[in-house]
Amino acid sequence: MGKYLDLLKEDIRFTEGLTACMNCGMCTAVCPSAGFYDYDPRQIMDTVQNGSDSAIEELLSGERIWYCGECMSCRPRCPRGNTPGYVIQALRTLSQKTGLFVKSEKGRQQLALKRTIGQNILDLGYCIHPTRIDPELHPEQGPVWRWIYDNAKDVFDRFGMGYDTDGSGAMRRIDEGSLDEIRRIFDLTGGTAFFERIEECSAEEAARRGMAEEADGRPRATDEYMNEVFTADSGGHTL
Amino acid sequence: MKRYTWDRYQKTIPDDRFYYARSCIRQNFFPGSEAVFLRILRDDLGVDVFDDAKHTSCTGIGYHSDIVPLETIMTVVARQFALMTEAGYENMVSSCITSFGLYTEILTMWEHHPELEEQARANLKAATGRDFVKPKCVVHSSDLIFHFRERIAEKAKVRLVDPVSGRPLKVVDHIGCHYAKIFPTAGIGGSEFPYVLAGMVESWGGETVDYPERRHCCGFGFRNYLVQANRGVPLSNSRQKLESMAPYKPDFIVANCPGCTMFLDKWQYAISEIEGVTYGPDGRGIPVLSYEEMAGLVLGYGPWDLGMQMHQVSVEPLLNKLEIEYDESHKFLGNNGKYISHPAHCGL
Repeated sequence: MGKYLDLLKEDIRFTEGLTACMNCGMCTAVCPSAGFYDYDPRQIMDTVQNGSDSAIEELLSGERIWYCGECMSCRPRCPRGNTPGYVIQALRTLSQKTGLFVKSEKGRQQLALKRTIGQNILDLGYCIHPTRIDPELHPEQGPVWRWIYDNAKDVFDRFGMGYDTDGSGAMRRIDEGSLDEIRRIFDLTGGTAFFERIEECSAEEAARRGMAEEADGRPRATDEYMNEVFTADSGGHTL
Repeated sequence: MKRYTWDRYQKTIPDDRFYYARSCIRQNFFPGSEAVFLRILRDDLGVDVFDDAKHTSCTGIGYHSDIVPLETIMTVVARQFALMTEAGYENMVSSCITSFGLYTEILTMWEHHPELEEQARANLKAATGRDFVKPKCVVHSSDLIFHFRERIAEKAKVRLVDPVSGRPLKVVDHIGCHYAKIFPTAGIGGSEFPYVLAGMVESWGGETVDYPERRHCCGFGFRNYLVQANRGVPLSNSRQKLESMAPYKPDFIVANCPGCTMFLDKWQYAISEIEGVTYGPDGRGIPVLSYEEMAGLVLGYGPWDLGMQMHQVSVEPLLNKLEIEYDESHKFLGNNGKYISHPAHCGL
């Protein structure tokens, strides 16, 4: 067996997600991403089941593994009890551990996710927060969201909760003690190291494109690079 | 055979004493829904629900965006269980379907791989000094409203019926993938027999329409929405659902997942801007309700106390149809009647 297959087998989501695939294509038929992206989870299951190192490396470096939305619609439908969505999770984790994610346009987007959702978790204890859903970056949210964004405290306080204050309630301020616990969990369980890995690999790729800067004595991808990966669509992804 | 199949989807839901785990998306977009959920359980039904300041996001959006490792989220979830244990509770109620899916998934993983539970316990202890007892029961907040639907029906001030014609309102539901598809038997009816919302609608006088794309994902797809370059795919999936339900002329949409509730509302606005297409018989869109909002209206809560002013698609046509009294001038008031301001534009 190849090295990539051995690495994948270290991930419980891979071993639980792929037992024996007969390539019926049920996963592709039900997949909401396959309806619009040029994406076929059946092919991915076939590739990893065959175990070829070069074919798996192509997956880890390419666009296709990043099309899945992890809705898990494939899971209850597979007649063999596989979960292609779990296999995708294992492939994406390995793509980031090996640094191959920066070779694809969709893979490079991991930096944007780390700097938005990841930063929100460490700063605030929430994955998303009203102060960080900027209407300029979210025009689809419409004028009512703009109103909420501009008046968040007043809008939220109507419901008798302590918006951005201590105590319980929706969008309460998470206390520093709890945030410290979350940060220690990230440090101890590899979450922080994983974030740093995304930053390091992205900085190398950004440097190749002349979009890196020095920060705390280390190279770092600039905000310009981050905006580039957040918005770039070179085409060719959809059907 | 039918009875046997349905039996697989039954779950035992306790009547009392729950630890409430809030949802990142529901708090952001539907804080009124979370507020009224607690009011219904506590004030209308006398159920003990603990709302803890110390819990955090489960980090599920980060996990499903593939930036948070499995070991990390397992330990964050272990911390939620520890807070529940310390508060003296054994049942967890989650406001988010992705958290619900993850709690169920992690507990199942621990059952099959006890070494992972041991690792999570050790990590939690080292990082926080906390211990936990696994919950006896994990439910989604819609499971509880479903569980108490007949008691809510007994207290109903409004029924989901057109008061003029006596016609049951036509409701289209959206069940949410992470509620129904990760562990289908952990939800009421799973994705094959989606009954958690339909059961509420039925008990409160309405009629659920089994439209073709009923089980289709809203398209959220985490990275597929969160990264701007990818948003065409979630938009296209929601459009597929809206096109599928529109011919049935539904009176409203009710959704299980906080994200899906928000997207089915906001994408109607985006589609009207991009394509000039508006759904609904009067071109004002199809109102999208959370199940807490639906239960709140049935129990007689005011629409602005439920937070329905935070929707982009206006709910007034539905309120008028149900002959629910409301004061339009109160829509944009904050706490203590303070006028906030008006959005630049409401509706489509």
